[in-house]
Amino acid sequence: MDFEPKIVGFLCNWCSYTGADLAGTSRIKYEPNVRVIRVMCSARVDPTFVLKAFEQGADGVLICGCHPGDCHYTEGNYKTMRRFPLLKRLLGDYGIEPERVRLEWVSASEGHRFAEIVNDMAAKIRAMGPCLARPALTEDPAQR
Amino acid sequence: MAERKLQVALYWGAACGGCDVAVLDTNEFILDVAAAADIRLWPIAVDGKYQDVEAMDDAELDVTLFNGAVRNSENEHVAKLLRRKSKIMVAFGTCAHLGGIPGLANQFSREEIMERAYLNNPSLEVGNRTLPQTQTDCAAGQLEIPRFYARVYRLADVVEVDYTVPGCPPHPSQVKAVLTAVVTGTLPPRGAVVGASERAVCDDCPRKKEEKRVARFYRPWQIIQDPERCLLEQGILCAGSVTRSGCGVRCPNSNMPCRGCYGPLPNVRDQGAKFISAVSSIVDSKDPEEIDRILAGVPDIMGYAYRFGLPGSLLQRSL
Repeated sequence: MDFEPKIVGFLCNWCSYTGADLAGTSRIKYEPNVRVIRVMCSARVDPTFVLKAFEQGADGVLICGCHPGDCHYTEGNYKTMRRFPLLKRLLGDYGIEPERVRLEWVSASEGHRFAEIVNDMAAKIRAMGPCLARPALTEDPAQR
Repeated sequence: MAERKLQVALYWGAACGGCDVAVLDTNEFILDVAAAADIRLWPIAVDGKYQDVEAMDDAELDVTLFNGAVRNSENEHVAKLLRRKSKIMVAFGTCAHLGGIPGLANQFSREEIMERAYLNNPSLEVGNRTLPQTQTDCAAGQLEIPRFYARVYRLADVVEVDYTVPGCPPHPSQVKAVLTAVVTGTLPPRGAVVGASERAVCDDCPRKKEEKRVARFYRPWQIIQDPERCLLEQGILCAGSVTRSGCGVRCPNSNMPCRGCYGPLPNVRDQGAKFISAVSSIVDSKDPEEIDRILAGVPDIMGYAYRFGLPGSLLQRSL
């Protein structure tokens, strides 16, 4: 069977989840590879969640929040913005390619944009192949 | 059975010896231990052979303090042997607990490590191409040395661990407390972390903490620090907020930042994730480019986030 990437999407309740919902209610077709987890704010996404997603076998992680200045909680998305560069560097040190993690701002009216982001990410990761970060994928206790 | 002395083993896997020294740093107390216990194996201080351990009955030992990570087949073999022979197995020190400093090798493959250590190293004799082999034939017959594993493991990855004593090395007063608990039979329920606090290092740190807003990060030698004030507030990377206390805040009290050797706080799975979260949160900017510029001052993020715990992290190793 052809490889289909599993992408975990953390979408903020106020903008991006509503944006994804709009994509659905507008009948916009997009790749089914993203598994959406609704969070109250993109700042709720602890870096642990992202590492955990890869540990559990995700091939990519997408974090979406309100555009800067539009946060329902005024500053939450700035906290995400600050947290992301170090997270991305850390994942790079783990050997996880930069295309596999993305932070995007998607407003409640940007259903098209959400669909484009998911399509683009799914295509890139499909071409790259599965992520091997999950320890069980490369570990064979008999072959230490 | 009256007057049966406590049967104890201490062992080192991939370790520097510091944990054994921490045991000796309990000073005269170690004599009380020696009076109350038979030390059956302790490679750094007492003679004792693996055959002697093999000859023991299962569960003949009351407790094994195992320090060091599992780096090669000998470490794993002895860990399994001691597990079988011991009623209580203690992961003693950060290497056994989380992989420790040797665990940083999990950023590199076995081949890269061998290449760097034996083939492409400035201190080697020019032209030397000798690589260690696990077997060699000589006049006395075939000799074997342990196999170097593809990566570093925690003790808990190869055997069941009953208690964990964190620290690089564990503070001598904690060593004392743990040994006393073993001798007096007052250990907490199995699986517990002993000899450490449930709080963060920051909670015990006497430095003054105000608002954390940082526009530049510094290595400790790049700045003359205010010895009264929180190091993180001065832009010096300190892991105190994401590290379990119990060490006596030795590093911040010596004007050095916490490096995180006591491991994650209770209920935290991944210390490095919390570390990057804590460091990022104090960056004083809302401009993506400026944020990037400020965070560029954080060197070697893997080394800072997991200085003592890469094998114990969620992803355990680099690809």
